[in-house]
Amino acid sequence: MQSETKSKVEQLISPAGHPVTVLRFEGDIASTSKEAVLGTYQGLSKETVKLILLDFTKVDYINSSGIALVIQLLMEAANHAQKICAFGLSPHFTKVFTMVGITKYAGLFPSQTEAMAAL
Amino acid sequence: MTAFKTTSVEVRLPSRMGFEKVAMSTAASVAKLMGFKEDRIEDLKTAVAEACINAIEHGNRLNEKLSVGVVLSTTGDSLEVKVIDDGKGMKKQPTKPDIDRKMHGEEDPRGMGMFLIQALVDEAEWVAGANGKSSYVRLVIRLDKEADPDGE
Repeated sequence: MQSETKSKVEQLISPAGHPVTVLRFEGDIASTSKEAVLGTYQGLSKETVKLILLDFTKVDYINSSGIALVIQLLMEAANHAQKICAFGLSPHFTKVFTMVGITKYAGLFPSQTEAMAAL
Repeated sequence: MTAFKTTSVEVRLPSRMGFEKVAMSTAASVAKLMGFKEDRIEDLKTAVAEACINAIEHGNRLNEKLSVGVVLSTTGDSLEVKVIDDGKGMKKQPTKPDIDRKMHGEEDPRGMGMFLIQALVDEAEWVAGANGKSSYVRLVIRLDKEADPDGE
């Protein structure tokens, strides 16, 4: 029933000249998304990857189990001095992420351009 | 706005993760027919999804022989949703998640469903069923919430 979560990794350079790794998600983010969310993140180098963007543009459904996976990702990133920002959330999920406090640990931006400019 | 005619819609879901989306879609369709604004429909969808996930996972413990009942009732300008399972009901009240405690591993990263339900609808109550069965969560969302002079 749940649409499979797809993820892909892309390397970009921010306007300030920093290397940025973008994790692009697609589909639902729910309890079945552990490999796509945490697995993809854990495949990145903790030594060389320091700026990470999470792209939710193609995500339609996120439930509390999916939000918990994002929090686990933020926990690991904080432990390795990695900065996380996210973009592409709908206004509703921007509200939900704000309600649960995620904005304290990850900047939320409407678009990739705005997120890249903040890095 | 003309009050929506009193009516009721029922859905039965298997206790399998993912089927909460059927209840979400049904609730969204009813709310749209009633004239709810898009942002309130999104609030309702998340609240209904979380209520169904709790019923599937905690109430019916993923037992596919049990089903989750979802009853949507319209009364005037409000939509009531009851999500019924065969569990003993929730003993705890929703608490606001503490992101700092979660980030420091002092609180389970999960466990936000009840908080989201309560925060996104106008009324939410958890009722334990008699004999430890048929427990339900009851949600109410009202039209034109913004127009209420008390902001409630």
